[in-house]
Amino acid sequence: MTALYNEPSPLETRILSRRFGMENSASLDTYLATDGFKAFLKAREMTPEQIVEQVKASALRGRGGAGFPTGLKWSFVPRTSPKPKYIIVNADESEPGTCKDRLLMEYDPHQLIEGVLIASLAVDAHAGYIYIRGEYRYLIESLNRAIEEAYSRGYLGKNIAGTGWNFDLHTHSGAGAYECGEETALLDSIEGKRGIPRMKPPFPAVAGAWACPTLLNNVETFSAVPFIIREGGKAFADLGTPKNGGTRLVCISGHVNKPGVYELPLGYPMLKAIYEVAGGIPGGKKLKAVVPGGSSCPILKADECDLPMDYDTLAKAGSMLGSGGMVVMDETTDMARVALRIMRFYAHESCGWCIPCREGTTWLRKILTRMVEGNGRREDVALLGELSKNMLGRTFCALGDAAAMPTISIVEKFAEDFDKYIVPEAVLV
Amino acid sequence: MTFSPALEERFAKMLRAYPEGKQRSAVVPMLIYAQDEVGSITPELIEEVARRCGVETLQVDEVIGYYSMLHRRPMGKYHVQICTNISCMLVGGEELYEHARKKLGIGHKEVTADGQFSLEEVECMGACSWAPAVEINYDFHHFVTPEKLDKLIEDLRKAQ
Repeated sequence: MTALYNEPSPLETRILSRRFGMENSASLDTYLATDGFKAFLKAREMTPEQIVEQVKASALRGRGGAGFPTGLKWSFVPRTSPKPKYIIVNADESEPGTCKDRLLMEYDPHQLIEGVLIASLAVDAHAGYIYIRGEYRYLIESLNRAIEEAYSRGYLGKNIAGTGWNFDLHTHSGAGAYECGEETALLDSIEGKRGIPRMKPPFPAVAGAWACPTLLNNVETFSAVPFIIREGGKAFADLGTPKNGGTRLVCISGHVNKPGVYELPLGYPMLKAIYEVAGGIPGGKKLKAVVPGGSSCPILKADECDLPMDYDTLAKAGSMLGSGGMVVMDETTDMARVALRIMRFYAHESCGWCIPCREGTTWLRKILTRMVEGNGRREDVALLGELSKNMLGRTFCALGDAAAMPTISIVEKFAEDFDKYIVPEAVLV
Repeated sequence: MTFSPALEERFAKMLRAYPEGKQRSAVVPMLIYAQDEVGSITPELIEEVARRCGVETLQVDEVIGYYSMLHRRPMGKYHVQICTNISCMLVGGEELYEHARKKLGIGHKEVTADGQFSLEEVECMGACSWAPAVEINYDFHHFVTPEKLDKLIEDLRKAQ
């Protein structure tokens, strides 16, 4: 048994993570002994339309954060275009609270490779790139070894598994930039530039990397594909709830007894995830708030957390399921300091391309810093809310919204946490 | 400028990985791999990467300020990166960073006088469920306490 970062929970439904913890789980032999590449061979017998239909039937939605239906995204790529088509795996995992793609790449790289190969059949691509954040160097090295192993055994390159299909796969290292997780910024980055988001349309499906049709999905999204093709889209869909197919890797962090990454079906009750899967809150303290899917999501108050974790329920509750990064906060948490830390992050990561984001995040950070350092004014709480709302929907990419949304939710739901920072004699410096 | 045989092999492979005429794509990965060997992004390195990728030096120079892992001056032999983002902050990441500042006697992006250690307060590095997290060069350390950090630093000092 390979040592895992955290103990698995008996409450998990292990589909994508079924090989985690197996002896040599990352090796091609282990993969082949456990259904590996059966799905690719099956997909090779299907038409591209049939592959896309199965992915649509699976109700798989993008696991990077936006939750866009994957099958629909695949259908947007013009597979008959005379231009070369490319596949890019978004392995830039940077959303605060999220640490799942690491495990999929470390423990089961061939599952990811097979998912990419199946996608290549669907969109007629013959080259792909795994864009990995620079901090994950050990994963770049281990993925390179897995890719080399796949080449040497005929599962990448020319005439894959004797089927006549050709596909090349490479890793590409980032160098530290949250913004490059945004797919159009990632495209600029992979072209060797600063990662600045692009105007849409054209969408990457039509004009992506090097102005060619490009399919971009998250690591976890591609990793779900072999199961979907092997067992059928319906089998995956049935694991979850309507329009929210399958399982996902939920990263539970913060104030819980057993923080960890756990694979749970879509629609899993949030409170059960906190209190049973993750062992509850240390010291018997009360729950105060939850970030449901990465720091970009509006924060939920404790009394809003009694809900099933699927994309649509979270949207109805005014938040997002996001990237699966669930951050649990107990009653001792100072939400003003949380708001400041989140804003320091977004101000640091704003690419500076558009003014509402560049200036908005910077001023929010300055105001929050001034407050927490003991110079808060009564009107600052309203100012934070107003400034954030003025950013919403007015930025080039989602980073501006990602900074505004948690801030709005914190000042509206936890205004009392700012009280102790408000002083009558506050001076603006 | 030449690099180690292993890096030269990596670069040769990298330049073939991108479509014909799109070798500019290798700029960022080439910079970060070369920085690890050279120690920092030097003017000479910028020229070399530009030459190898067939782009203007300005096109290499302009990306350096954007990517937070690229730096124009050398960091310590051991670059200690401590995350204080939300998941780490909730379980002691900020206190851990303060502890490291005192222990090493340096601040954010500073280097110890002997050049052995540098420190950086970093944003989320994808270790949230095993927080607080520290990355020393490219090695992750999880559930780090001040005592555990002291031991990591002492062991690296002894290894010299």
